[in-house]
Amino acid sequence: MSESASSPERPKQPPIDPRLLEILVCPLTKGPLEYDREKNELISRQAGLAYPIRDGIPIMLVEEARKLD
Amino acid sequence: MAEPLQIFDRRAVRLHKSRASRTIESVKPILAEAAERLLERLDPVRRSFQQALDIGGRGVVAPMLQARGIAVFACDPSPEMARRAGAPAVAADEEWFPFAPASFDLIVANLSLHWVNDLPGTLLQIRHALRPEGLFLASLPIVGTLAELRRALTEAEAALSGGVSPRISPLPTLRDCAGLLQRAGFAMPVADLEEIRLLYANPMRLLADLRAGGETNALAERARKIPPRALFPLALSQLQQEDGRIPVTLRLAMLTGWNS
Repeated sequence: MSESASSPERPKQPPIDPRLLEILVCPLTKGPLEYDREKNELISRQAGLAYPIRDGIPIMLVEEARKLD
Repeated sequence: MAEPLQIFDRRAVRLHKSRASRTIESVKPILAEAAERLLERLDPVRRSFQQALDIGGRGVVAPMLQARGIAVFACDPSPEMARRAGAPAVAADEEWFPFAPASFDLIVANLSLHWVNDLPGTLLQIRHALRPEGLFLASLPIVGTLAELRRALTEAEAALSGGVSPRISPLPTLRDCAGLLQRAGFAMPVADLEEIRLLYANPMRLLADLRAGGETNALAERARKIPPRALFPLALSQLQQEDGRIPVTLRLAMLTGWNS
């Protein structure tokens, strides 16, 4: 706890395996994904969905995705 | 677009797998036995594989592939189970495959496709994710699996309540499996039979193992009300014993198919 208290930043999310970015597509449209490093999401523009990445694991489930504005 | 018949409640499937991620260790020997027999199919294959996908391997399959010198990615419908895969993993619904065409030269699904509603569509998506000359291996429970339990539950429920509700999944035959591979466009489709016999001293352990593996009832038409208290004890007491132990048979189709 003391370590996180000394650092103002949120604990860093483990990075996504870069090789995964080469093979993942949107499950709904099979279209390309953009990696949003800031929000830690994979964005499908065609589907209007952002898939979260949790603990380095992309959650490619439509029910778990965030609708883009 | 017409929805295919929803035999399984996919949300329940995912929930069961997430819950099972904490207990999966206790049934790993059964998963490993099936996986070893499935991966034996790689032994006579002369080509080498660079990049494999493990579908629903639950921490058993990915390490076996890595031991063969193959780089592995894994997927599972449950994020919690995916985390335990033993390889870089993705949470993915097998019916909504998130992999680009020609991503893998080997795809393995060990006892992980029997809760899929649209198996033909899923196999097609799997084939598309294979590179040319890529190999697909899967083990799938077929008719006869848990037949003893199915019969005992049906008889016990009929005796107790005068009716029966579906408690064990419908399963394909060996011939169905070969046909499914062919229909999905796989070349040299083969489905052959492997049987795994389990002996239980305590029949309650069988139910505990099914729960620990995330294999409890996820049929869309399952009875939602709590079954009569006597149902499972009565059914389990009807199971035939062999030297004081209850034999349970897993009849598995071992599927192999190549992407042309």
